[in-house]
Amino acid sequence: MSSYVLKRLLILIPVLIGMTIIVFSIIHAIPGDPAETILGQKATEQSKEALREQLGLNKPWLQQYGTYLGDLVKGDLGKSIRTKEPIAKEMLPYLAATLELTMTSMLFATFVGMNAGIISAWRQNSWFDYVIMVIALIGVSMPIFWLGLMEQWIFSIKLHWLPSIGRMDQRDPVESVTNLYIIDSIIAGRWDQLWTVIKHLVLPSIALGTIPMAVIARMTRSSMLEVMKSDFVRTAKAKGLSQFFVVYKHALKNASIPVLTVIGLQTGSLLGGAVLTETIFAWPGVGRYIFEAISSRDYPVIQSGILIIAFLFIVINLIVDLLYALIDPRIQYK
Amino acid sequence: MFLALTMVFVFALAGCGSKSDNQQASETPKTTDNGNEKKEEPKPEEKKTQDTLVFGRGGDSVALDPAIVTDGESLKIGHQVFDSLLEYKEGETEVQPALAESWQVSPDGLKYTFKLRQGVKFHDGTDFNADAVVFNFKRWSDPKSEYKFTDDSFDYYDSMFGPDGSRVIKDVTAVDANTVEFTLTQPQAPFLQNIAMTCFGIASPTAIKEKKENFKNEPVGTGPFVFKEWKRNDSITLEKNPNYWKQGLPKLNKVIVRSIPDNSARFNALQNGEIDIMEDLNPDDLSVLESKSDLQKINRPSFNVAYLGFNLKKKPFDNVKVREALSHAVNKQGIIDAFFAGQAKPAVNPMPPTLWGYNDSIQDYDYNLDTAKKLLADAGYPNGLPDPVTFYAMPVSRPYMPDGKKVAEAIQADFEKIGVKVNIQSPEWATYLDDTKAGAKDDIYMMGWTGDNGDPDNFIYTLLDKDSIPGNNRSFYVNEDLHKVLIEAQKEVSQDKRVELYKQSQEMIKKDIPWIPLVHTTPILAAKANLKGYVPSPTGTEAYSNVYFE
Repeated sequence: MSSYVLKRLLILIPVLIGMTIIVFSIIHAIPGDPAETILGQKATEQSKEALREQLGLNKPWLQQYGTYLGDLVKGDLGKSIRTKEPIAKEMLPYLAATLELTMTSMLFATFVGMNAGIISAWRQNSWFDYVIMVIALIGVSMPIFWLGLMEQWIFSIKLHWLPSIGRMDQRDPVESVTNLYIIDSIIAGRWDQLWTVIKHLVLPSIALGTIPMAVIARMTRSSMLEVMKSDFVRTAKAKGLSQFFVVYKHALKNASIPVLTVIGLQTGSLLGGAVLTETIFAWPGVGRYIFEAISSRDYPVIQSGILIIAFLFIVINLIVDLLYALIDPRIQYK
Repeated sequence: MFLALTMVFVFALAGCGSKSDNQQASETPKTTDNGNEKKEEPKPEEKKTQDTLVFGRGGDSVALDPAIVTDGESLKIGHQVFDSLLEYKEGETEVQPALAESWQVSPDGLKYTFKLRQGVKFHDGTDFNADAVVFNFKRWSDPKSEYKFTDDSFDYYDSMFGPDGSRVIKDVTAVDANTVEFTLTQPQAPFLQNIAMTCFGIASPTAIKEKKENFKNEPVGTGPFVFKEWKRNDSITLEKNPNYWKQGLPKLNKVIVRSIPDNSARFNALQNGEIDIMEDLNPDDLSVLESKSDLQKINRPSFNVAYLGFNLKKKPFDNVKVREALSHAVNKQGIIDAFFAGQAKPAVNPMPPTLWGYNDSIQDYDYNLDTAKKLLADAGYPNGLPDPVTFYAMPVSRPYMPDGKKVAEAIQADFEKIGVKVNIQSPEWATYLDDTKAGAKDDIYMMGWTGDNGDPDNFIYTLLDKDSIPGNNRSFYVNEDLHKVLIEAQKEVSQDKRVELYKQSQEMIKKDIPWIPLVHTTPILAAKANLKGYVPSPTGTEAYSNVYFE
């Protein structure tokens, strides 16, 4: 197992190098003058020239890439062109915000999605099954923008149950230590703020988690249906085990491999693909950070952002691969 | 019918789904009761004396040192933390004393002497004095200054007072502790207007020396509010400056400026009481705003212009008759009603009517397609233009032009009625700026401008003088007589004469028609009804020192 982990980690290196090359090439293929975009309409020609010089934008791109890669090895992600801040320092709070949102979304999506899928399969062709599958279908095709605004309209404006934007009540903030506000408020012993932080998480988590929830529900259902027809389930039932035990213990464990794959992939895509949710709920996450960097041609930020998301994606896939082995002893890595 | 039914069905399901999910997520059934209790607790307190303002805006600051930025969002915070030597009168663009109590100008317009206010302290406790002023101006003007940190560029200083090599300010000296003297290389008429800009706010020299590159994250000035905390893309927290030199101000104890990118979500947050005031309301939300008694609408005075520019390098737009013909074919009022929710005025001149020097005796070309056709025939095109015209429509939303493509389509429809085929193109913003600056691909284009310093020079010279090619003069419009007038106006010290010169320049531009000026918009702010004392400035940045809650 440990040699497998090592092998997987070594494979990471060429994958990441390939990633940097691709990302770098794509950005440089986009037309337009970055100096003008960054400094805006009102900048003088002189300051634009100075910026091009300073960023090395007038050097051959191979040389630019070489410098970038060299810095990366040193752990230097470079400086943002727009804000002139070191990216590593700037990105950390954004990553924490995204992580917090992704985790709660996936918690919601996994819990609701798997249970809905399981019960659907268990009670196949019942009205519950139909309703769940229709909801799942709608969920997969739901525009997040619309869903987010609707949530705000119902739960914030009409019912006044939940806050519509942001991560915590900034009128009375908790000091950020980890930038994961749930943990921060626990560290500070601020239980009232912990409650508001959780309330702030509800709407964006549902908006972001709806699509993964629907995907997980559908995958769980089809996978469960297959397993429920197998011999060992029939045997378990024949032994007189309770229905619940058969479904949740025996069948679920065997049905969970494809579900796990889907959960892994969805988690990865949420990390970088939460721009819409982050925009509607004013969530200061990595997606928005990269999105804004793209519109202002902030080359180093775009590169580092995508690189880190890709890296996390690979890590999650690695974890999923390892979990396979834990769940299914037939899978062994040699 | 079917569509409506589907919508209702989808909505009901979504509602159910979300509700049950909501319970799943927070498990305990009592939570909502708890939530209600929590909500009600602070409410009576708030009603007593709400002294925290939560401001909702679309974007975050880039940096908090106003000298190194050019974007409006950064300057908004700079305006709270810093004071300049002069400031604009509340809600206007005329200058009045701020950190400088009075000033004198030498008859030749080359020496400005400022008497500084005494007893003013920076937020770090150090004294504001003549040395501090000299320090700041040296930092901005000397390219080798050790306090011009890596990657810093003082773009506004360069554009207002000339780039290195052709600086307008030759020297800044401290005559005594409370007197500063500026020596200019040439007279600059908008000098005082420029000095009042937010980007020339005086920073604490001690803080700059101590914090160095980090000064842009932890600004220290003399302004009404002290910088407290910045959570990027989320919020900036400012606290009251208890030693502010304006007696009794600021009235608020705390200001939290939040970045909420989506206009609708920001309006939702306002309706839910999470923010107290917001910028950039969607025109579509105006009716909702007006129907709510606990909310109010605040209009920002118009200080911009949106226009349709002709590329004079391209045929047949080098022919003034063609340009005149098309000027009669744009229905400005119709565009305003359809796409600006009425929150704009038709533009006649290249600068907004709120700005001094505006020539209101000029009559606009009326919207009349018959006249347009006739003029086009006079120009030698009785059957309309032979080739389709490439029309660059803005791909991004700007305060002066919320939806460029839709406006372009409306103009396209009218142009086609007089036989001008239009091909609308909207490349992404960076390419758009490059292309219109190069002038090779576009025949006509859409653009706009928001004023910086309350001087007509900042509109007419910046946008239409031959010196601005290549750059902001994307029409490639060259008129030597106009150039003479504008240069004269830059050097003229007498305000009355400057007014005359700018009025004259507007007449020349009206005759040459390098643009069809489209609209001047009035941006809308929405606020809680109990918020008082908010006077929006045309420049887009105002201090929150007079704001209070009833």
